Amino acid sequence: MNNLLFMPIVIPLITAICLILLWRQRVIQRLVSLVGCVSLFLAAALLFSFVAPGNVLAIQAANWPAPFGITLVADTFSALMVLVAAFMGLSVAIYSLATLDPERESFGYHPLYHIMLMGVCGAFLTGDMFNMYVWYEVMLISSFVLLTLGGERSQLEGGVKYVTLNLLASTLFLIATGMLYGTMGTLNLADLGERMRQPETLSDLQLGLMTTLPILYLLAFGIKSALFPLFFWLPASYHTPPIHVTAIFSALLTKVGIYSLVRVFTLVFIADTDFTHTILLVIAGLTMITGVLGAVAQMEMRRLLSFHIVSQIGYLLMGLGLFSPLSLAGTVFFMVHVILAKSALFLVGGVLHRVAGTYDLKKLGGFYRSSIMLSILFFLPAFSLAGIPPLSGFWAKFALVRAGLELGQYAIVTAALAVSILTLFSMTKIWAEAFWKAQPPGKVQVDADQISRTLASGQTALPLLLPIVVIAALMVIIGVAADPVLAISQQAANQLLDPTDYINVVLHESASLANSP
Amino acid sequence: MKISFSVILSTATYYLLPLMLLFSVYLLFRGHNEPGGGFVGGLMASAAFGLEMIAYGVNSARRELRVHPTTLIGTGLLVAVSSGFFALFEDQPFMTAQWWYDEKLPVIGKPGSPMMFDIGVYLLVIGIVSLILFSLADETEQIQEA
Repeated sequence: MNNLLFMPIVIPLITAICLILLWRQRVIQRLVSLVGCVSLFLAAALLFSFVAPGNVLAIQAANWPAPFGITLVADTFSALMVLVAAFMGLSVAIYSLATLDPERESFGYHPLYHIMLMGVCGAFLTGDMFNMYVWYEVMLISSFVLLTLGGERSQLEGGVKYVTLNLLASTLFLIATGMLYGTMGTLNLADLGERMRQPETLSDLQLGLMTTLPILYLLAFGIKSALFPLFFWLPASYHTPPIHVTAIFSALLTKVGIYSLVRVFTLVFIADTDFTHTILLVIAGLTMITGVLGAVAQMEMRRLLSFHIVSQIGYLLMGLGLFSPLSLAGTVFFMVHVILAKSALFLVGGVLHRVAGTYDLKKLGGFYRSSIMLSILFFLPAFSLAGIPPLSGFWAKFALVRAGLELGQYAIVTAALAVSILTLFSMTKIWAEAFWKAQPPGKVQVDADQISRTLASGQTALPLLLPIVVIAALMVIIGVAADPVLAISQQAANQLLDPTDYINVVLHESASLANSP
Repeated sequence: MKISFSVILSTATYYLLPLMLLFSVYLLFRGHNEPGGGFVGGLMASAAFGLEMIAYGVNSARRELRVHPTTLIGTGLLVAVSSGFFALFEDQPFMTAQWWYDEKLPVIGKPGSPMMFDIGVYLLVIGIVSLILFSLADETEQIQEA
């Protein structure tokens, strides 16, 4: 039964293989891609249902015992992330049916998409530092090709920035991993965690290095997850590919970086939390503020939203920096919320672009008049992102702010609240420009007819709107009935702060198959 | 018609190609406990097709390979991944080695899922390397024609 842990990795892989074998058969490829996404989602849901009661599952690939083999682990946090990733994978795959152009499709969009999903799920499930590096590479290479697929000039320009910075991050990651292995003699996360919890067995040199190494990892993961001051590759590249690619990138890639930071800074790098987690907190504040200030200056919708990705990353890091049960629960909740909200916004932006042919806010306008439904679909994620009750963003921010107040970290709380207001401001800007104001004369004519023509033709309307409707509905549901999600987040946070189960299951229980349930 | 640029090279290729392919298969099966394996074997086999390409041109090498490199990549991956599934029938973790015959057979060694994995890697490497080589050669030919 523990083999279920492999499924989120094997299903996308097999889907990708089938898609490679069906190269250029577009209709069949679409079908296979959807079937793959649905099965990935079902497998993730099944995995989550096993983990949700508080169990930790682990398995050793090819039965090589930990800490020597490759370990896969699912605790509440990772299973939840896999579930959300699979859900987003399915939603964006449906959406892309309407926005894909034949050229990109016949040059391997579908197989690359699934390889990327495999990398993301792998990074969430792995219990081994080097293996995590491998999944990061899988993710990086496939996302690089997805980013530049189509070969437009701006895409290549963005791609160069993206790949240069991310290769640098990978190099740092690898160097840090080598040093970690040299210091501790193991790369298995559970093994590392166990040793760090017995500091008396470690030499002074080891303890010192285990306070220094986190900074190297912080640099590596910081570039991947777009932290201040390493984020500038993100707004420079995310607006260049087609919108469905941007949506899935914003939903998953930077979040994997944050996931890894949370994992290693709760399980392994706990030698001197006063020092390391204060650094995290300062970076969190600066990331929020610079991100949102960058967004305020933008008039292009995709660029504006890209800066908001950076700003929201700050909140995720804030929970980790505060390092209390409530704040980590806030981070987990926020992660679920921001993945949904951010990609919904990008997807709505894609619909606006499809109708009006531009992402420029100055040229857009009049959407409220011509389509109430589209306005609501934008309104929900936008104001959820800003943290307006009763939407999901409110609870996420509430948990973080309350944790900050309890710990007396007033500076970061002030920053978080101020950034919320600025977020609200720039969401209102999109609202006022694209939806509220009248149609700017003479530029792009949008009328109700045109929208209904675009949206009423069943073939495009269903895949375009269905994912957004589902995501928006989820956001309302999470907001109104926040209890179950908060409970799961709380459980995930408790497991992160007290990884006894995690360590035991990996090191002492799953070593041989006789003990597996 | 095969168009050759150098008589010596084309004649040598004529004899070398089968030898190299044979050697690549030898490397493949030797690989489980000794130096060799699917990756090196695949490289050797694609080197053979590379030689054919240099001697007789890219189209001839394509004909010689018979299947499209992309198909090879897909098939190789599929074979390699499916080798992991045999462990599931025995209720063991994915990819645990399964042996189908207890003794070493001559030439091919101990048959089991690791060998299947190696064969998958072998096909995959042939596919990828020849895809890269053929694409590069296509570009060069276009430049030469222009």
